[in-house]
Amino acid sequence: MARVSRHAALGTATALLLSSFSLPAFGERLVASLSRHQVMITSSFTGTEIVLFGTVERDAQTITRGSGYDIVVTVFGPRQTLVTRRKGRILGVWANVDSREFVDPPSYLAVLATKRLDAIASPDMLRRQQAGLDYVSLPQRMGTTNIELAPDDPFRMAFIRLKKEQGLYREEPTGVTFLTPTLFRAGIPLPATAPIGSYEVDVKLFADAAVIARTNSAFEIIKVGFEQFVAEAARDYGFFYGLATAMMALLTGWLASVVFRRD
Amino acid sequence: MGLFGREPDREPTAPTWTGTVQLYLPIADLPVNMFLVLAMGVAVGFISGMFGIGGGFLMTPLLIFIGIAPAVAVASVSSHIAASSFSGAISYWRRKAIDIPLALMLLAGGILGTTAGVWLFTLLRSLDQLDLTIGLSYVTLLSVVGGLMISESVRAIIREQQGRPVQLRRGGAHTWIHGLPLKVRFKRSKLYVSVIPVWMIGCTIGFIGAIMGIGGGFLLVPMLIYLLRVPTATVLGTSMVLTLITMAGATVMHAATNHLVDAVLALILMVGGVIGAQFGARAGQNMRGERLRLLLGLLVLAVGLRFAYALVVQPEDLYSIRLVGGAS
Repeated sequence: MARVSRHAALGTATALLLSSFSLPAFGERLVASLSRHQVMITSSFTGTEIVLFGTVERDAQTITRGSGYDIVVTVFGPRQTLVTRRKGRILGVWANVDSREFVDPPSYLAVLATKRLDAIASPDMLRRQQAGLDYVSLPQRMGTTNIELAPDDPFRMAFIRLKKEQGLYREEPTGVTFLTPTLFRAGIPLPATAPIGSYEVDVKLFADAAVIARTNSAFEIIKVGFEQFVAEAARDYGFFYGLATAMMALLTGWLASVVFRRD
Repeated sequence: MGLFGREPDREPTAPTWTGTVQLYLPIADLPVNMFLVLAMGVAVGFISGMFGIGGGFLMTPLLIFIGIAPAVAVASVSSHIAASSFSGAISYWRRKAIDIPLALMLLAGGILGTTAGVWLFTLLRSLDQLDLTIGLSYVTLLSVVGGLMISESVRAIIREQQGRPVQLRRGGAHTWIHGLPLKVRFKRSKLYVSVIPVWMIGCTIGFIGAIMGIGGGFLLVPMLIYLLRVPTATVLGTSMVLTLITMAGATVMHAATNHLVDAVLALILMVGGVIGAQFGARAGQNMRGERLRLLLGLLVLAVGLRFAYALVVQPEDLYSIRLVGGAS
């Protein structure tokens, strides 16, 4: 990092750009691949797992790292706007009294690492790298502006806790394992409730409490076949879909009266 | 797989019979146990056949309980009620126990009420207060109706044990309702009454039904009996026709405005419901009317109290999250 800032001091953006691009040439290169790039939701879908394999490429000039390597894999699901509501007591009953809008948080967020994040890097570094549920950016709408609140903001904490309970947010300090000193594997668990859309996978290589290489990949979850047909029909042709459902109800009712007729 | 501990419910454990019947619902966006939903359909269908009601007031809370978003539950249950009331209506039709003109008059009010209900449902959802509204409506309606039914049926049972005949329809006992203008004769129900209360009853039922995801049969039947003095011979069949039309209408309207009707969920519920209803109807025929009403009253009151409990006792989790413009 010191190298980058010295070049930046030279003053030109080009120099900064060039130096960050040239950085990997001195150190490690990260290569990663997913077991598949498409998850298809069929009627029997009950969740699945995508496996990420990666390797840390070194060359003759690569120096030996004192702390060894650590990997942090972050998977971001499609963005959604969500409201967190808090119940309070009004006139003796529990009703929603307060709410906060979270602007475009990932619908799914998994942070997988080789060990506990606070043992990998400093909180400052983790925040800069958006690594970990405590450090990921989850802006909330306040009037017309979006602001980032501290990790102990009650709404933020409740939001993350509820998402964890749904299995959609998770932090696994042992989610990535090194099979050899340079080859690693991570399982990305996808619950059945994981929303459809595209998922970004961000892989960062940490050494000596700093990021020395990164790479990314992506996969998507799509509905196929019958599930896709029904979901699209309901969304695009709501009225006819409703008519068809109502007709189905009448047919079922009529069939029952024929099958069970006793008079 | 040991890398991902702390997640026993997602782990594919030993293959049990439940492991093979998970079905992913395309609109509710979650897998459910098909047999569980079918069993719920049969159970609620049994009750609905026994008492001649739709059973939505039981089904909607059950679906919410197994994790289906309230809005999807309300929208999908409407088609399930349409199916069970259609199968019921056909058998009443064969017995000539349906007063079509009365049903159509009720329907005129019902359409208005349902439209207003679906509109308010959409509005409340955007205001974050749908849960509270559904909860409060359930508590008020179910407790009041349940209480009234219990007290009425207990009095009827006492009267009967004292040897006096039960009189639901007293000749000449006119209330203010019978003094209203625009009178119409309903032949099959042997009724001569103003259309204004008929419209108002239809409107109320349609409105409540659309908001709470219930057919309103358990409300309509007592209203027709006590307010309009419709004879018991035609009341159930007529109520079923009205329920059928309003719920089929609510299905189409929910699908067109909120896009939240899950046809797969609805189909499983329907199949279970119509089967259960047949057995329920047979069980109901072997029971005396006032005892049946007492049982239904107790059931309605119990569901109402369950909702009251949820509103009054501090919830385990004060926070909840909801997708803006989405299905939860």
